[in-house]
Amino acid sequence: MANISGSSRRRPYAGAVLLLAALTTTGAAYAVTTSAIVSPKSAAASAEQIELGKRLFTEGCSSCHGLAGQGGSSGPSLIGVGAAAVDFQVGTGRMPMAQADTQAMRKPPVYNQEQIDALAAYVASFGAGPGVPDPSQYDFSNANVARGGEIYRLNCSQCHNYAGKGGALSDGKYAPSVMKATPKQIYEAMITGPQGMPVFSDAQIPAKDKQDIIAYIDYLQNAPDPGGAALGRLGPVTETVFMFTAAIGAVIAVTIWIGAKSR
Amino acid sequence: MSTSTTPTTPQGKVADFLDERLSISKAIKSNISKVFPDHWSFMLGEVALYSFIILLLSGTYLTLFFKPSMVEVIYNGPYVPLKGVKMSEAFASTLHISFDVRGGLLMRQIHHWAALFFIGAMSIHMFRVFFTGAFRKPRELNWVIGTVLVLLGIVEGFMGYSLPDDLLSGTGLRITQGIIAAVPVVGTYVSFGLFGGEFPGHDVVARFYTLHILLIPGLILALVGAHLMMVWYQKHTQWPGPGRTEGNVVGYRLFPVYTAKAGGFFFVVLGITTLISALVSINPVWMFGPYTPDQVSAGSQPDWYMGFLDGAVRVMPNWEINALGHTLSLNLIVPALVLPGIMTTLLGLYPWIEAWATGDRREHHLLDRPRNAPVRTALGVMSISFYLMLWISGANDIIAQTFRLSINQITVALRVLLFVVPPLMFMLTKRWCLSLQRRDREKVLHGHETGRILRLPHGEFVEIHAPLSLEEQAEILGKMDVAPMALPAATDANGVAQPAAWKARMQAKLSQWFYGANVSLPTRAELLEAQSHFEHADALEVEATNRHRTYEAVGGVLLAPTEDGSSRH
Ligand code: HEC
Ligand code: HEC
Ligand code: HEM
Repeated sequence: MANISGSSRRRPYAGAVLLLAALTTTGAAYAVTTSAIVSPKSAAASAEQIELGKRLFTEGCSSCHGLAGQGGSSGPSLIGVGAAAVDFQVGTGRMPMAQADTQAMRKPPVYNQEQIDALAAYVASFGAGPGVPDPSQYDFSNANVARGGEIYRLNCSQCHNYAGKGGALSDGKYAPSVMKATPKQIYEAMITGPQGMPVFSDAQIPAKDKQDIIAYIDYLQNAPDPGGAALGRLGPVTETVFMFTAAIGAVIAVTIWIGAKSR
Repeated sequence: MSTSTTPTTPQGKVADFLDERLSISKAIKSNISKVFPDHWSFMLGEVALYSFIILLLSGTYLTLFFKPSMVEVIYNGPYVPLKGVKMSEAFASTLHISFDVRGGLLMRQIHHWAALFFIGAMSIHMFRVFFTGAFRKPRELNWVIGTVLVLLGIVEGFMGYSLPDDLLSGTGLRITQGIIAAVPVVGTYVSFGLFGGEFPGHDVVARFYTLHILLIPGLILALVGAHLMMVWYQKHTQWPGPGRTEGNVVGYRLFPVYTAKAGGFFFVVLGITTLISALVSINPVWMFGPYTPDQVSAGSQPDWYMGFLDGAVRVMPNWEINALGHTLSLNLIVPALVLPGIMTTLLGLYPWIEAWATGDRREHHLLDRPRNAPVRTALGVMSISFYLMLWISGANDIIAQTFRLSINQITVALRVLLFVVPPLMFMLTKRWCLSLQRRDREKVLHGHETGRILRLPHGEFVEIHAPLSLEEQAEILGKMDVAPMALPAATDANGVAQPAAWKARMQAKLSQWFYGANVSLPTRAELLEAQSHFEHADALEVEATNRHRTYEAVGGVLLAPTEDGSSRH
């Protein structure tokens, strides 16, 4: 999977960015507020934080991942997965996993951000791994949404679909919809590669390109549908279902009505 | 032609107006006085026709702005999420139509919805013709024209869908290219020829464009013309009913009633298409992005009419034969070439297949109610269920995703269902038809159950049965009972075996299969007997001999009786 970075494409798109900003005020505002909440990664984990993390981990995670995160029959080893993986998995509600399933699903998170940070700090203490990204890393206010679209279509749409609606993978696994993912989670997904998703290191997709992708996903999350009801943005399948139910149904109803009148 | 007497009928007035100018009143008068029978299902063909007209009109608008060129440009239009992206001129002009041209997006959506509608209406119209037996002699040729029209519609739609050069349609084109290349011996040459070199090349959009706006619409128009002329000339079929025989047509005159109804109906179809196009998005190409061969999206599906082919390719096991340095890609050849070939051949030849199997080579102008031809109806439902299974296979990933199932298991299940469901549907449909026939027989003999209970003087309770209305009786008794062919003797009069008779035997067996289980109508004696049970039985004169009953015209419907009964006017 190649990326399409290239200095020739980096042009100041002041006008485009302005328009984009207007389109995505909500998304941008959200990004600003979250960056205020998240404690900067540089702040070293305090002893109390690790202590809290250890307690939470022993209660909620160790049954599957082992007391020292070494893994077991019902959960993989967490040594070296890094704080970003924990922040992503617990922040999207995937962990703690409710029951054994083909794949952990996104659901409302069980822990608050402070507890998640503690868990992340504790798991990070098992071994080095990617850290929780700094807000500046996923800040996309200067990103190029059109470039992001191209990189997205090249690297992500084969699993997540052109509109980020997700898609089926083999054996009941699936790439989920990215419509609810926050910029931070999108960034974390790329650097940790959860489940069937590959890791997109900075060598594959440079940091700047990641921001462009985030800008594009943010656009998808907030984009209007100029053509009208989008039928789930799933492409021709839902169009077909609509055609044969609502549309043909309406026409046949009219023919029957006209036919009945002639009796 | 004299015009000294002022005509009073509407047909006469129109003929008069034209005659004073063109001297063709006789032809006009007889033509606009033509009678068409009325039934809602006879309007499905009209829906197809009107959708085609809508396609012509909206397509013409699109040609004013569309640029069928694969020259690479950098987009610089108002749609920000594609600004600065490299794309073909075709794609850029589609964005231009969508976002800059006044009414452009609406027109694109009308054009695309109408395309789905057009082929959908054609298919449903075809089902109507099939299940009522309207394809039988003398209308077999029109059935063949219809088959060709559906195929042309599919090709036309596919080419139109490919024109915007977006990621989704490009993916479809890539698969098509693979299928073409899989054709033994000539495949790669054809592919190189069509695309002007290696896929995707720079020619295909312009070539498809010429075919899409010129050749295929022209062919469709010509065939639609021929199709309608034949309906005109052969007259429309009609349902059995009071006063309707093989020798007449009961309905409304073309002018003014039918013209007004048809004209109004065009606007209904236009209205519904426009409403849907204004409210519901279709083919949002700006979301798909421009086509490049290195990109693909999850959930890439074609428009519905190509779905069965996509599905066939998806369920086909990955079989290939490698021999003598060549690869025979059965995984593409079988589902995408052999299968549709067989399907369309069977479809086009069905009228003759049935005539051969039943030995019925008479002309038919009265329709069969589907229940009265159980084997045909069952074959139809069986084929549709086969098609549906392929169709569902084409959506296997969306189904897996929506219902959280394993795509692998769905695919395996569909491989099985593809061969299990159709025969099952055949059996169920046939049984259902036969039980409906039995119920019909009950009904003519015993009337409707009224739910009113009468207590007789000696205490017994009986339910009162009401006689059927004239229409109901005529509808049921319009059934044509066909005696299946008798098996020819295996030996001749001298007891010598007749090996040459196998053909006749097979045909007789087929005919018995086709008609054998049918529930025969009550005999005349049984009917009269049944009638005497009803209160006013003597008021009803039911002629039980099949088909040539004469009833009063009902409900102001016009009769167009024939002079001699054989040539229908
Ligand atoms: C019911 C068992 C179970 C529980 C409880 C559980 N996990 Fe998991 N966890 C799994 C399984 C199984 C996987 C791998 C599959 C998956 O993610 O769907 C996993 C994966 C993970 C990963 C990703 C590993 C990687 O390689 O990227 C992280 C991080 C994680 N868990 C953290 C936690 C944390 C933190 C908790 C406690 C809040 C927790 N898990 C609770 C079963 C569990
Ligand atoms: C090979 C398929 C595949 C590719 C390619 C892929 N992903 Fe994923 N992605 C997945 C899977 C599978 C998951 C679910 C992981 C899980 O459940 O733990 C996922 C999860 C995600 C999530 C979390 C969604 C949520 O809200 O829970 C985001 C965000 C995401 N991916 C973004 C991306 C981006 C951006 C790209 C492109 C750079 C990408 N993915 C490429 C398969 C893929
Ligand atoms: C036989 C009936 C026809 C069918 C089934 C059909 C189908 C289609 C389809 C599915 C598309 C893709 C449209 C989209 O989503 O953007 C298309 C595009 C197009 N069609 Fe047709 N079409 C028909 C007749 C015509 C005719 C008669 C014309 C012109 C006279 C025409 C002109 C065009 C043009 C210019 C485009 C590309 C423009 C665009 O995509 O925005 N079509 N057609």
